[in-house]
Amino acid sequence: MLAGMQLLLWKAQHSLAVDPRVKPEDDAGGRGRCPAGQRGVSGEFIKTGIALLLLAISLLIMPVTASHAADDIRAMVNALGEGNFSENRKQIEELAKTGDLKLVPMLEAMSKGDLYQRKTDKQVFIAKPAGSSFKLIDPLTGAGAGEEAQGGLEKIKVNNSLRRAVRDAVGGLTLMSPDDAVRLQAARTILASPSEDSLELVDKALATEKSAAVKPVLEQARAASLLLSSRPVEQKKEAVATIRAIGGQESLGLLSSVLGNADASLKPDIEAAIASIEQDRQLWGVAQNVWYGLSLGSVLLLAAIGLAITFGVMGIINMAHGEMVMLGAYTTFVVQEIIRSSFPALFDWSLAIALPLAFLVTGVVGLAIERGVIRFLYGRPLETLLATWGVSLILQQAVRTIFGPTNREVGNPAWMSGAFELGGLTITWNRLWIVFFALAVFAALLFLLKKTPLGLQMRAVTQNRRMAASMGIRTPWVDALTFALGSGIAGIAGVALSQIDNVSPNLGQGYIIDSFMVVVFGGVGNLWGTLVGAFTLGILNKFLEPYAGAVLGKILVLVLIILFIQKRPRGLFALKGRAVEA
Amino acid sequence: MSIKSRLTGAFLAAALSVTALHSALAADDTIKVGILHSLSGTMAISETTLKDAMLMLIEEQNKKGGLLGKKLEAVVVDPASDWPLFAEKARELISVNKVSAVFGCWTSVSRKSVLPVFEELNSILFYPVQYEGEESQRNVFYTGAAPNQQAIPAVDYLMESEGVERWVLAGTDYVYPRTTNKILEAYLKSKGVASEDIMINYTPFGHSDWQTIVSDIKKFGSAGKKTAVVSTINGDANVPFYKELANQGVKAEDIPVVAFSVGEEELAGLDTKPLVGHLAAWNYFQSIDTPANAAFIKEWKAFTKNDKRVTNDPMEAHYIGFNMWLKAVEKAGTTDTDKVIDAMVGVSVPNLTGGYSAMMPNHHITKPVLIGEIQDNGQFETVWKTPGLVIGDEWSDYLPDSKDLISDWRAPMSCGNFNVATGKCGGKGS
Repeated sequence: MLAGMQLLLWKAQHSLAVDPRVKPEDDAGGRGRCPAGQRGVSGEFIKTGIALLLLAISLLIMPVTASHAADDIRAMVNALGEGNFSENRKQIEELAKTGDLKLVPMLEAMSKGDLYQRKTDKQVFIAKPAGSSFKLIDPLTGAGAGEEAQGGLEKIKVNNSLRRAVRDAVGGLTLMSPDDAVRLQAARTILASPSEDSLELVDKALATEKSAAVKPVLEQARAASLLLSSRPVEQKKEAVATIRAIGGQESLGLLSSVLGNADASLKPDIEAAIASIEQDRQLWGVAQNVWYGLSLGSVLLLAAIGLAITFGVMGIINMAHGEMVMLGAYTTFVVQEIIRSSFPALFDWSLAIALPLAFLVTGVVGLAIERGVIRFLYGRPLETLLATWGVSLILQQAVRTIFGPTNREVGNPAWMSGAFELGGLTITWNRLWIVFFALAVFAALLFLLKKTPLGLQMRAVTQNRRMAASMGIRTPWVDALTFALGSGIAGIAGVALSQIDNVSPNLGQGYIIDSFMVVVFGGVGNLWGTLVGAFTLGILNKFLEPYAGAVLGKILVLVLIILFIQKRPRGLFALKGRAVEA
Repeated sequence: MSIKSRLTGAFLAAALSVTALHSALAADDTIKVGILHSLSGTMAISETTLKDAMLMLIEEQNKKGGLLGKKLEAVVVDPASDWPLFAEKARELISVNKVSAVFGCWTSVSRKSVLPVFEELNSILFYPVQYEGEESQRNVFYTGAAPNQQAIPAVDYLMESEGVERWVLAGTDYVYPRTTNKILEAYLKSKGVASEDIMINYTPFGHSDWQTIVSDIKKFGSAGKKTAVVSTINGDANVPFYKELANQGVKAEDIPVVAFSVGEEELAGLDTKPLVGHLAAWNYFQSIDTPANAAFIKEWKAFTKNDKRVTNDPMEAHYIGFNMWLKAVEKAGTTDTDKVIDAMVGVSVPNLTGGYSAMMPNHHITKPVLIGEIQDNGQFETVWKTPGLVIGDEWSDYLPDSKDLISDWRAPMSCGNFNVATGKCGGKGS
């Protein structure tokens, strides 16, 4: 018996002495979680080293004491496999209190839904699919832990409130990380969801923070947390000023949420801050609307620019224009499918590869339509309209038969995802690139029409067919090439639109009316008119939308265009050409 | 002349492509089942799947020996997303093809357009899609969710488990979102939500520029109260909506979006990684882990010869409706419309979520309500489920002009809009 006690005593001292993981910080962090009395008992035991009775008691709880903090944490992690959503939320809050950085990968895996419980022994692992089974990773050490079939694992479910808890926990845990970027992220997380609890942590982090990039964010996070705490009003006043200086939507939200319960002497401060942020927001709101308008305008420009050639320059009422856009989008889909299955590394280049292909595919289809249908119908607008409408139905149904009626997934490359802040503006990358792209396509087309021999011939045929023919220009071929060009440009518009819209057989229908609207409004036969028309309609639409709503806004724009066409039947920039003569 | 012939050729091809022609020359020893789903036009995106699901179910039943000793025969017509054409095609199915029952329609407007035809020619329609309620018709069996089987539990979930206090009701501008939002608004107000905490927004069909609306939602959501979006946005407009949400950084942890028209099929066209955590409320998810569902999915993938095809809630509704019809016909021993309608009430069949669904006297069925969160693989994970089955409530209790109405198609009441306050049959919807 005595020998057994001595052995256990030795074990206890040994584990306390050699285990590097049981550091003062660890113990301090674990204060809240240790069973009552445990710390006191083992402390006394080390100090005095006597009192056999006490020794016996501590020996009784030895398995817990000796199994140092890491095992304790492991038990808490394993408990995640058993809990429901609200129990797990509490468990995560407890885990966060340990302050153990090792938990971060586990928490991140949990929020991604990669955390599983092994059914046989109720152990929790991070699991990654590897073929038909899952590769297990130890949640704390990150070491491999063998494989397990899918049936042997039970996923630990997460919902939004759990994900929020995990996010906050990771934010708190990583506040002391040695990596600047990680700390910055942690500070931002706390700023986004401040709470009284995090104030102490932030204060501690601020005391040691040296990085000039992280410090201001930490100070903002401190101010935000302070507002929610029960600190004195004087400190809160400073915090309000700090929050006011950040500005923006989130600050507004924070200030309005604390306004209700605020001290009477603090209220005027908060109200003034809210008013001044709101004033800022209003100014930025106008800029934001202009940006939205430009962005919508660029989409309209892209959709309409091909039509500006086929309808504007050639005078063909081309109802199949939208389907060219759709074919371009489907080309992007096919390219991405091939890249996904064969060359995954090239995914970020998929759009660049799809562009020329879409131009070729739709150009060839356009050429076939012109040679097969339209050339017999020049000068007969009604028949052209009906025939191209028929073609559009055929194309739609063909795509539906080949690719199926459902939406197809076209992914956004990394450089087209997300958004950035510019002052008070939120600018999404995909919209920004589309604005640039639309302008680039416009410039290229303008160059082609004005500076190349083909462009010269096109303009010559458009303006005076007979004269051009007698100058030796093969007008039928120029017609065919012009139509193919217009279709090809619609195709590359489809590549861009696949990034923001559905890729479905109906894609084109949504754009055909808008495209005609832009071309007619801008002035038939004038590229500059299309540009100005697209951006005018875009901005007009976006300024009407907040007041009139999306539905009424669109109707108002249509009414305005009808009125405008009454006054100026040839649009903003009228031109002379075949379209006018016909 | 050659031009003309080419033109007619083009038109003929177009006409052929829009109208799926089906020979109706069938022998008398089959029982015919009509399938009235759009195979072309805007709604083809959703409805084609249902046609395939019906063909699969009928094929399976024939393998099991058919019905009443006869083979079942599917008659497929294409109403081409054209509402008046739905009525014409329904008439054709009933009077020319002599079908015993019709499975079809998706949009409420198409259902409204065929109602008089089914009433006049006395046939049976199974309608598989969640809808706005406020209707109960003798010839129609509603196997999709009524608002109390989808919208109201979803709002309850957000209120209780997420503590949502501010609501954006965003929808496409047509009858389903408008009625649903009216019910939800009344419901939220009855729960003490103030008017300024509810924002209602409508957008046209196929709306693709969501920048302003998403930034409005962000603005509305930053008033210091937990905010959620209840979306009745219709199929096609959802992809750009979710893309814009993802790009503007609206995360499910901050402003969750719960959708009533987004299922596995809609998510198939999207990269769902940025959308993880946004919610949907349905009565079925493909991810439901039951043997019946696993068998159904396997069968569906084999039938479509596509391993990536997904299943969705309206498909399950057809599965339930079809099995109910089989059972009722067997019970009645005939396909005679009146006898089958009478036999339908009380029929109970297994659903795919591990329980039984029963046809109630109001021609709506009992279903469990599930709330799922979008996962990065395009599937939903159930995060909440009603403890039992919910009975479809056709007349909402939250609208003043329908709260006194009930529907019971059993004799002797046989009324779809019985007013319990006045004790008379008739009122709204008559």
